[in-house]
Amino acid sequence: MELIPLLLDWFPYLLRGIGVTFGLVLSSLALGVIIGLPMALGQVYGSRLVRVPIGIYVWFFRGLPILVLLFLFYFGIFPGLGFDLSAFVVGAVVLGLRGAAYQSQIFRGAIQSVGEGQMVAARSLGMDRLCAVRSIILPQSMRIALPGWSNEYPNILTDSAVCYAIGVAELLTRASQIVAQTYVTMPIYLAAAGIFILMNYGGMKVLHMIERKIAIPGFGSGAM
Amino acid sequence: MHTDEYILKVEDIHKAFGANEVLRGVSFEVKKGETLVFIGSSGTGKSTLLRCINQLTPPDRGRVWLHGEEVTNSGKRINYFRQRIGMVFQNFFLFDHLTALKNVEVALIRVKGMSKEAAREKALAELRQVGMEDWAGHYPAELSGGQAQRVSIARALAMDPDVILFDEPTSALDPELTREVLEVMRTLAQQGMTMLVVTHEMGFACNVANRILFMENGVIAEQGAPTILLTDPQYSRVKNFIGQFLEYNGD
Repeated sequence: MELIPLLLDWFPYLLRGIGVTFGLVLSSLALGVIIGLPMALGQVYGSRLVRVPIGIYVWFFRGLPILVLLFLFYFGIFPGLGFDLSAFVVGAVVLGLRGAAYQSQIFRGAIQSVGEGQMVAARSLGMDRLCAVRSIILPQSMRIALPGWSNEYPNILTDSAVCYAIGVAELLTRASQIVAQTYVTMPIYLAAAGIFILMNYGGMKVLHMIERKIAIPGFGSGAM
Repeated sequence: MHTDEYILKVEDIHKAFGANEVLRGVSFEVKKGETLVFIGSSGTGKSTLLRCINQLTPPDRGRVWLHGEEVTNSGKRINYFRQRIGMVFQNFFLFDHLTALKNVEVALIRVKGMSKEAAREKALAELRQVGMEDWAGHYPAELSGGQAQRVSIARALAMDPDVILFDEPTSALDPELTREVLEVMRTLAQQGMTMLVVTHEMGFACNVANRILFMENGVIAEQGAPTILLTDPQYSRVKNFIGQFLEYNGD
């Protein structure tokens, strides 16, 4: 079989992996914010009772290799709890829980880097702490966090290939399947690699665009 | 109940940071429209005293009353009292992510629950009052220190407070920027705003204050109207203190 027609034949199958890989990345980033941001707030403003469990969570998810986490949840924890989840869902959840651990620390650093005077001024106007956090501290710390948070995107994108190990039909899994069927190795893996690189490039472009869009004079990537 | 002749009543305030007793029993009363200026060497508790009044620093002992209602030990109601007691800080503490206009608007919307339109109108009026209307769309990083401080005064004014606390409002400013801020404050005093001012600006103290309170070692050592403090030989300490400043200024 000629190489080019063969590649063209299999390419659509490989391309469908983009959606799966992207789904893994998005869920990790989304869970990172949904779980990681409250954890960061808890670590900064919470009592010991709140901070200690969050600390343990972060220590656990940052302390184990992703592969170990994946096997632990896919073969152990989820089945043990009676959940019959697809490999994709487990992969997305594990990447998300792990992402939350890392991203919470990006958010925590950003929240702590907002000057103390901002909170003092907000309170002096009669805002309660929740209101001050919502309308003053978070808008500032999110802008501070964005460059570091954007940096998580290529990390998670490349990490997502590990979901191959539990059979999620993402890019690498599909590439390997095609290789197994066709015995064509390099061109297929190169095609997968090319797609990863393009996804990386495109995603970072979008994130940098957002950074520029919300930039404010005097803030990180802003005019100062 | 206390008579409402006094807007603000401060009773026997004590505050220590560890072994360091910063305030050792400060009491005074403020009438509507009065400007009180607190002077004294650094570290005599002037700024701490202001922060004890709106409970940004809770005092160890003593009580504060606003219109006969207790501000100390007021629980969540402290947020109500803080609306009524404005504060202007040495380092402005403008909200860095908001334009001048939004800095003034934000508490009107979030705390007072005003509509966006009403808040905008009020904020613009306050910025006009301090001569900053043309800068409404600028961010704090784009303002000079004097401009930033005037915006922060507008932010405090917008809440329609009963009294405003000024914590060394010009100490972070160059002399020429100091003047524009002091001018705004003088105008406020003339318009009848009740003000408590901690400052090292002796010219302002002598010309604008109804009463000067000279603090030493965490207590009010001497107090009175500027003319009396400067002429009556009984008040030697405050006169010497003010004298030092005038010497340095070469007047």
